[in-house]
Amino acid sequence: MPASAISRTSIGGKPLKTEQHKKDVSLRKVLLVGSPNVGKSALFNRLTGRYVTVSNYPGTTIELSKGYAEITHRKVEIIDTPGMYSLSAITDEEKVAADLLLTEQVDVVMHVIDAKNIERMLGLTLQLIEAGLPVILVLNMADEARRLGIKIDAGRLKQILGIAVVETVATTGEGVKKLIGRISHAKPAEPSRIYYGGPIEKSIAVVTQQLQPHEKLSTRTRALLLLQQVQTINDTIDWAQTIDKDYLRRVVHNCLSQLEHSVHYHVTVAIQGEVNRIIKESVLFPDSSSRHFRERLSRFCMQPLAGLPMLFLVMYFGIYKFVGGFGAGTVVDFLEATVFETYVNPFVVNICDAIIPWPAIYDLFAGEYGVITLGIRYAIAIVLPIVGTFFIAFSILEDSGYLPRLAMLIDRVFKKLGLNGRAVIPIVLGFGCDTMATMVTRTLETKREKIIASVLLALVIPCSAQFGVILGLLAGHPYALMAWALFVGTVFVLAGTFMARLVPGEKPSFYMELPPLRFPRPGNVVVKTYSRMVWYFKEILPLFILASILIWAGQITGLFQFLVRSLEPVVNAIGLPDGAAVAFLFGFFRRDYGAAGLYDLQKDGLLSGNQLAVAAITLTLFLPCIAQFLVFKKECGLKVVLITSVCICIVAFTVGFIANSLFNIMGLVL
Amino acid sequence: MIAPEVEELLENLYVHEAENGRYPPREIVEKGAQGAVSLKLAVLEEQKYKLTDAGMQAGQNVLRRHRLAERLLQDVLAVGPGHVEEDACLFEHVLQHGVDEKVCILLGHPTNCPHGKPIPPGQCCKKAQDALMKEVRPLCDAKPESEGTVAYLSTKDTRQVQKLVAMGILPGAGIKVIRQFPSYVFQVGYSQFAVDRPLAEVIYVRWKQ
Repeated sequence: MPASAISRTSIGGKPLKTEQHKKDVSLRKVLLVGSPNVGKSALFNRLTGRYVTVSNYPGTTIELSKGYAEITHRKVEIIDTPGMYSLSAITDEEKVAADLLLTEQVDVVMHVIDAKNIERMLGLTLQLIEAGLPVILVLNMADEARRLGIKIDAGRLKQILGIAVVETVATTGEGVKKLIGRISHAKPAEPSRIYYGGPIEKSIAVVTQQLQPHEKLSTRTRALLLLQQVQTINDTIDWAQTIDKDYLRRVVHNCLSQLEHSVHYHVTVAIQGEVNRIIKESVLFPDSSSRHFRERLSRFCMQPLAGLPMLFLVMYFGIYKFVGGFGAGTVVDFLEATVFETYVNPFVVNICDAIIPWPAIYDLFAGEYGVITLGIRYAIAIVLPIVGTFFIAFSILEDSGYLPRLAMLIDRVFKKLGLNGRAVIPIVLGFGCDTMATMVTRTLETKREKIIASVLLALVIPCSAQFGVILGLLAGHPYALMAWALFVGTVFVLAGTFMARLVPGEKPSFYMELPPLRFPRPGNVVVKTYSRMVWYFKEILPLFILASILIWAGQITGLFQFLVRSLEPVVNAIGLPDGAAVAFLFGFFRRDYGAAGLYDLQKDGLLSGNQLAVAAITLTLFLPCIAQFLVFKKECGLKVVLITSVCICIVAFTVGFIANSLFNIMGLVL
Repeated sequence: MIAPEVEELLENLYVHEAENGRYPPREIVEKGAQGAVSLKLAVLEEQKYKLTDAGMQAGQNVLRRHRLAERLLQDVLAVGPGHVEEDACLFEHVLQHGVDEKVCILLGHPTNCPHGKPIPPGQCCKKAQDALMKEVRPLCDAKPESEGTVAYLSTKDTRQVQKLVAMGILPGAGIKVIRQFPSYVFQVGYSQFAVDRPLAEVIYVRWKQ
């Protein structure tokens, strides 16, 4: 994920600055393109030695990653792109790659395909060749194809297509050297002409007359793209600006009146016809595929009756035992009690005692809410182990290919909440870090789904840090934990159902590739966990320190005391002691801060089981942390965020109040 | 077998009654009236002949043969438009005893004559339609393990088409159903996909038996 994303052609669409070309005239640019989940990122890692997150899940790369490789003593820039199926893109993430191809000066385009699915993917290769781009065809995952008995005659393919064809296995590095050797020789090939049918060919001829010559893209391809995307032509595509849009619209209208489907469809059908001819000459498929153990396991995972217990097992062992028990329990205890309380804090306090005479400054570093004694302690002793263990569990799940199967199982349920199965990824990821998850809502198709998912993440889903602390908090009170789960779960369903009716926009539609189940590769899991942790700490450690400073400043100026006092009646109304008000206020700075604040209260024995449950429920629902708030604003706009925030405050305390009253009325002691 | 001049009258009366054509000219009525009445295919009412139920059937049948003949003459035998009408009038009487069905099958069960008028469907057309319906059904109706090839996409929604096309669902692509519930899971080539009902409804597949 964004760990190594240096530059990003934003989806809103500013092109990379043109000065950049002038500066690096000698720098060759290599672009990796291809369908989702074919191993572009794995190949990128092999080529550059950098690490971007690789997973067995379509659509994990949502931004561009850049890296460099040295090839015959020349530096080459390698760019990894989000997946795309064809030159005319549908989703925002696909557009990132397509726009780059259409606007950037690129020296080599590596079209990475999944060798076993060559039939489905070779179409884009033909489009790229037709566009006049210097293409290399990379038949990745060649080992899987071999295992299935698919024989691809790379030599024959090369002959037919007129471009370099290299078989690779990115995960082991097979064929990568050979691929690097081909980079400096890549050049545009002579395309074989594909006939798209009378009406389209006629329209291409008409549009072609209006186009200026272009150094990079063939006229035929540009004309075809204009015919397909007359509505969505981007301002950044310079060659499209000279054409008269009204005239174009008339041409398209006339063309469509003679066609059964869209231009895109007929073009794809024609290309597929050509692909089938090529495949017949160059690929040998086995007669019938015997059903392996893998396939049987995959089918087993898709049975609702088996899938849900499996989900339960995953949640129980992966989250509850591993993250909650091991991460939030064992490791936190060790770091918190042994490392910090015994060694670090006394050490810092001693030093500060010795060298800082001013109490105000002293408090900043070593006081109750000091940068080191609170900020860094929380970050390292509490958040690090919890988030770390969560990311390990998530990486294993992601690598195994289980998540798309979960998406497929849960789609019907999610539809009731205004989402589709795809949203399972941001929601599950939210249990790790809601901020990261809010960013990943970008992979959802419609604005409506983005908003609904973001709101649910902000309102209901506790991040791992908060979740871990809550699990620790309620550890001695199993009934309180059940009450918490029940209330939060109910709010999740109600909020989703409510928004599904309220938020306007297109109905969600679910389609997703189910990649084969793979045994998670330990190296890959480590790399992924590591890159996520790096991202997390880059983003949050500064915020932890900032939060400590803000709290310190708030206390010095008396602002905090004022805010805490105004929160106290609200907190009292839901049956909590005054001390909880501080936790709620801090909760805004970091969600887990709030929960950890309660943790301190609980350690001192100030909260009963009922109060713990009410506090945990309210805090889970309460405002997200600042970082999530900012990402939410970036993805959905300030208006949505402000409305959501007000609603969240009201919902959180109302539900807390209801919970407390219910417990009292029913005389429950949790 | 009904005499040609009677058939001519029945056909004309049928066009008059069922398709709001004009009442047949006098010479046709005079030639065929007696035969039609004696066969109980027509009755005289208020100076005008009306078809009985059996007459309607027979008239429709003659018209069908006439229009099939037009198609045959124009499409297969390449007779110029000037002669089609005239020759069809002769042909319609020959196309009987199952020959009309054979012509209909040969022409692929046409629905309209060269002038754009409907050809009344015969038994063979209905059978062909049923067979086609049985063979080509949407993905959402298929049982797990059914296999077939994609016949067509029944949608005008370009986003839907784009999604399906991205999955490799194009006419002619081999497809195999894996699950129907809770989502529709199928295999195309060596990839598996899951879609929801609205997408599964528009994929029409020609299933292997």
